[in-house]
Amino acid sequence: MTIIQFILVGSALFALGIYGVITRRNAVLVLASVELMLAGVNVNLVAFNVYLQDPILSGQIFVLFIIGLAAAEVAIGIAIILMIFRNRQSADVADLNLMKG
Amino acid sequence: MPALMESVAIADWFREAANWVFLLIALPTVFGAWRTVSSNNIVRAVLYLVVALAGTAAMFLILGAAFIGLTVVLVYIGAVIILFLIGIMITRAPLGVEAKLSHGREARLSAALLSFILFAVIMWAVADAFGMSKIQPFEPTATADIANLLFDRFLIPFEVVSLVLLAALIGGIVLARRDDIGRDEPGGEG
Repeated sequence: MTIIQFILVGSALFALGIYGVITRRNAVLVLASVELMLAGVNVNLVAFNVYLQDPILSGQIFVLFIIGLAAAEVAIGIAIILMIFRNRQSADVADLNLMKG
Repeated sequence: MPALMESVAIADWFREAANWVFLLIALPTVFGAWRTVSSNNIVRAVLYLVVALAGTAAMFLILGAAFIGLTVVLVYIGAVIILFLIGIMITRAPLGVEAKLSHGREARLSAALLSFILFAVIMWAVADAFGMSKIQPFEPTATADIANLLFDRFLIPFEVVSLVLLAALIGGIVLARRDDIGRDEPGGEG
């Protein structure tokens, strides 16, 4: 196994996540695309952790922190989407144009 | 670490059985990710996210990071996906195939261009620096090592993350709570 095959998949996930964040209209799917980006970063971190044979496993432990923070982010994100939906009856990010001049 | 820097020829790459397993995992992963961002059905998009995340979990397993892989299965596939599905149901998202889930054509084209440029730059930089350098073969990380490090060297970040998680859960409850509950009865607020 080589390092670059894992980086290839990781950066493909990251790039697809960015594509989704930009193109999706539904706020829940924007959050799902952010999760895709985080998954790409996780693959990258674990691959480099194994490649460098890091004695303190910082890559893997960092991935654990990312997973915890991603869970927190999704919980808050869904709650915010829920509140926006209550106030504006829509979860479409294109409808959130209150700050448009 | 010069011992780590030996590289592999492309022809030899295909001769290694582990790489075929990798391909078997990587192709569904990327396909699932692609369908997640392109599917016209919102529930299917989230379920394709399961495929992509399960692929990354399997990739952690073949890298020997079994604990991380199982954590991804538990936290992402077990909990986060359920949260997404609940979010979809609560916001009564349009479920039909004809629903408008993505922006128009020119937005999609420029987003594709942007993400492709990013992908190309990352791949160019990594290929330039590492080429086809080898990863040491399968050598599982002991969960006990992760635990020892997590509660020793990384103790303070660990505690901070758990505080963040607690604050996020309380904040999620406060945000998602209906304000009109207990407004009529005195002292019901809070």
